[in-house]
Amino acid sequence: MTDAGRHPRITIHTLSEVVDVKGNVGSFDVKIVKKARYVDEKACTACGECAKVCPVVRPDEFNMGLSSRHAIYSPFPQAVPSAYVLNSGECLGNNPVVCSKCQDACEKKCIDFHMSDETISERVGTIVVATGLTPHDPRALDEYGYTRFENVLTSLEFERLVNAGGPTQGHLVRPSDRKRPRSVGFVQCVGSRSARRGKSYCSNICCMNTIKSTLVLKEHYPDMDIKVFYIDIRAFGKGFEDLYTRSRRTGVHYVRGLPGQVEQLADGRLRVAVENTAGQSLDFYDLDMLVLAVGIEPAAGTHKLQEMMGLQLSSDGFFLEAHPKLQPVDAATRGVFYAGCAEGPKDIKESVTQASAAAVRAIRLMQSSQIRAEAITSEVITEQCKACGKCAEVCPYNAITVDPKKKIPAKIITAACTGCGTCAAECPFGAIVMNHFTDRQIYDQIDALLDERPSDKILTFACNWCSYAGADYAGVSRLQYPPNARLIRTMCSGRVDEDFIWYAFKKGVPIVLVSGCHIGDCHYIDANHWTAKRVDRVRKKMEKRGLRPERLQLEWISAAEGILFAEVMTRMEQLRQSVSEKEIAETIALLS
Amino acid sequence: MTTPTVLSMPGVSPGVLPSADGEVRIGVYVCHCGMNIAQTVDCDGVAAAMAKLPDVAVAKGIGYACSEPGQREIREDIATHGLNRIVVGSCSPRLHEPTFRQMLIAAGLNPYLLEMANLREQCSWVHMKTPEAATAKAYDLVKMAVARARRLQSLTEPMLPMTQRALVIGGGVAGIQAALDMADNGYEVVMVERQPSIGGVMAQLDKTFPTMDCSI
Repeated sequence: MTDAGRHPRITIHTLSEVVDVKGNVGSFDVKIVKKARYVDEKACTACGECAKVCPVVRPDEFNMGLSSRHAIYSPFPQAVPSAYVLNSGECLGNNPVVCSKCQDACEKKCIDFHMSDETISERVGTIVVATGLTPHDPRALDEYGYTRFENVLTSLEFERLVNAGGPTQGHLVRPSDRKRPRSVGFVQCVGSRSARRGKSYCSNICCMNTIKSTLVLKEHYPDMDIKVFYIDIRAFGKGFEDLYTRSRRTGVHYVRGLPGQVEQLADGRLRVAVENTAGQSLDFYDLDMLVLAVGIEPAAGTHKLQEMMGLQLSSDGFFLEAHPKLQPVDAATRGVFYAGCAEGPKDIKESVTQASAAAVRAIRLMQSSQIRAEAITSEVITEQCKACGKCAEVCPYNAITVDPKKKIPAKIITAACTGCGTCAAECPFGAIVMNHFTDRQIYDQIDALLDERPSDKILTFACNWCSYAGADYAGVSRLQYPPNARLIRTMCSGRVDEDFIWYAFKKGVPIVLVSGCHIGDCHYIDANHWTAKRVDRVRKKMEKRGLRPERLQLEWISAAEGILFAEVMTRMEQLRQSVSEKEIAETIALLS
Repeated sequence: MTTPTVLSMPGVSPGVLPSADGEVRIGVYVCHCGMNIAQTVDCDGVAAAMAKLPDVAVAKGIGYACSEPGQREIREDIATHGLNRIVVGSCSPRLHEPTFRQMLIAAGLNPYLLEMANLREQCSWVHMKTPEAATAKAYDLVKMAVARARRLQSLTEPMLPMTQRALVIGGGVAGIQAALDMADNGYEVVMVERQPSIGGVMAQLDKTFPTMDCSI
């Protein structure tokens, strides 16, 4: 922390939020709103004289409300920057006539009630998103009685109580009577591993955090009776199992089963009812204190930032990486990287590891004053654009600006375009050219294919990353399948224009297969959603026009699914044989 | 080894317009890949058929297109015959497209003027028992590649300016680590933190596992 605070190349804006991000890799223009601190950050020496005279008393957020602070305060002794902060909502001094005691007490005259919020503009080449987490709020799990019973705490509150810098100087006390508890229970998976009661994922850190807490307690109070109620103990990291073993050796009692009910007894103690799933018994334990090991949830501003920067979230609400194994710290948007819990629950070691990885990935781009951009990108023919806005709607990368209201035609931000071609396929006016996969190129391929004996052939569109690679994998595996399909490679299945399909049918093809990555695996975030919609739409139209919709097929095939590709080819050939010359002739007549 | 089947040559279809940007001169190379392709597909027959297509200046079978002698032969043809589009019917472009693009650059052509037809992974290896049908498919695939090659245009990878500073959103343990690593490597870093101090949740923790040391 202090290293970052005094680093000559690091500028820290605290009390600040990013409110706008524009541009692309190499030149992101970022707008930051820095809220007024009302204390001169550089001049303040954190002497604390101001707080001594402040008459306002409020719960201290850093100590989870277990102690109090004044309206002018230092967040915690080691804070960086080491300066006091004044909460203007709580302060009486906005009108100095009322109070302004702190201003009088400050010898260096650092307090300025008239300080206002600042808007800062910064241009950067890369962005690391490290927005962290929100701890789960256990109030919804009423059976544990959090907030109803004083002696039920969250793991973070407990953390402050055993911290030497905390409200009790590290002496564990029961909130109800300020006495040291003789028995403490820990409840695991509070808000984790249950879709019905919190989040369905494992929060990753709570098992080890509890094990650590039991060791801290046993070190200070060897006689304390400690119980841990759990579903499974996940001690998977280096040195973790060792800590778990040590915890059990010190006499911590691990009970397999989560409490079904907690009651408060007359003396403030808690009666915990647990179904012990290992011993098949219903047990009751009377404990002085209960600690809820709360799970990790995405940070509060995650959604806002995701929308502002055009990023993606995974189903559990954390930021989605470009590839779970090979690009675990990259966002799909070039130049943006993830570090820490922003991407998913993780402990300190993993956060630090990922942060270093993110830093190197960013440096890899920043080391030169120029970077090479993608050549296969789309272009707008401005004269043909009607500013309908469809292209911008389908672009997974926010790489198109267009204003349908003011009729400002579409413009491609080439630096942000990755070349999936979905915009070109969806443009109703043919106003977008997808370079290297132009309409003309693809029509000529279809022509070359269907000029001779079209009824023998199956036209297959395959995306470069998944289904085309799946076909290659079938080849590498020497899987044998019928030889009637011919592949046209596009970067993404999203490129397959509806008109290509109609054209092929008009030219007498019996079967058209569109294939791409599985939903959720698309190399272009979610461009294949548009493929699915489009194929659905064309099939409905085919039905209306009296064409068998089965003649248009859609298959998701991953790069690893060679077997599936061969199976699909066999199925396509069976389908092709079901299409008679007569049916083809009728289709041609109908579409001509 | 299967005897290569003779390709029955259907009439070459007209209807392909010459490309707008000058005279197109296509070189077509049908790679034998040793016997990987040639034992199933009549590579030389396919090449001979391609020679009759409009705009094709050179069409030939080639032992190993990716080998140094193979690439040299193509480079020499580019120079001798003034080729400006190259079609290689061989393995998957996912394997050797970068190789052949480099070859085009070495021959003074734009790397995007290359088109490949996948005759190995998607033809000879998967239709081993039906060489005739495999050859017909190879014919189509190379013909489609020629049709596409005729329309290929030079592309350039634009250079973008890179601002050599980074933004770190969030001043917790991850943000601090990323900022320090970048700053220590000489890059300017702007860190944005919502709270009045950096440190995040980590600063609130007492001892941290697995080493049980203090978090601050």
